[in-house]
Amino acid sequence: MAKFSKKNASTKQEVPTAALPDIIFMLLIFFMVTTVLREVTLQIRVTLTKAVNIEKIEEKRLVSYVYMGPEKVGQNSFGATKVQIDDVLIEDLTNIRTIMYEKLLEQPKLIVSLRVDMDSEMGLVTDVKQELREANTLRINYSTKRKVL
Amino acid sequence: MLLKKKKREEAEIPSASLADIAFLLLIFFLVTTTIDVDTGIGLVLPPKPDENVKPPPVKERNLLKILVNQQGLVLVNDMPSAVTDVKQKVLDFVDNANRAQDANLSESPKSAIVSLKTDRATPYSLYIAMLDEVRGAYNELWDTLSMQRFGVKYAMLDNERKAEIRAVYPMNISEAEPDPGTN
Repeated sequence: MAKFSKKNASTKQEVPTAALPDIIFMLLIFFMVTTVLREVTLQIRVTLTKAVNIEKIEEKRLVSYVYMGPEKVGQNSFGATKVQIDDVLIEDLTNIRTIMYEKLLEQPKLIVSLRVDMDSEMGLVTDVKQELREANTLRINYSTKRKVL
Repeated sequence: MLLKKKKREEAEIPSASLADIAFLLLIFFLVTTTIDVDTGIGLVLPPKPDENVKPPPVKERNLLKILVNQQGLVLVNDMPSAVTDVKQKVLDFVDNANRAQDANLSESPKSAIVSLKTDRATPYSLYIAMLDEVRGAYNELWDTLSMQRFGVKYAMLDNERKAEIRAVYPMNISEAEPDPGTN
């Protein structure tokens, strides 16, 4: 019976590690560039609703957010429902039309994404929508999460 | 002058730990990164009404009125309905010309308008649920037509073909201003 003798590899098998830091740096730079640290500090609670028939907004630079939800008062207590744009709470809703109009001038294809807490009432949402109509920012988006069926 | 030249010890930065430092940074950014794409239901609001121009008349049969009140009860064309039944009703209404041909439902998909009306105190989540149902109905219509014409689902089509499908079933959702409510 013929026997096969196991051949030992004559060459050294070593993965060259000299380029490892470079690879890591490449990855690092990729994540540094793509990272968006949270842009706004939410002063209100926004728990999004879920829906099935939703679409993605591909062009993120067109989007401007309007947040609506109960104001955070203490650790676990919430006050009245407020509107927040960027970092400020909007007390007088008629200010929205000026803010949005200015944003529209900067970005004519503006999409306003409404991030509304699920426990809010339609009254406030409608008021904000009326203001958006005044500002002529007509493309809106109700931000929702995907519901897994 | 030449004598002054001393042999210096070469200065070297230890680079063995460079990879570790890079790893630490990498992990930090990996953890903090949120590649989050905003998802949601897109809509286009109607422009501000012009006081001099009257809105175009809409035939009663071409309007599907959906009303959601603050208790979460739903009326579809003045008939009470469950939230889950709304999709089927919208389907029947919009695609009436190809289905039952009911004289009380829309004349053609193009003239069909779905009107959503809420109270001021209607919960937002319920409104989204209704909007989701209506969009679900339209998605189904688009998918069926797209399968017939191109053999693939609507979402797979390019923009030109999507527009073609949308021309057959345009999504007309009218959002009426809410009632002030009784209380």
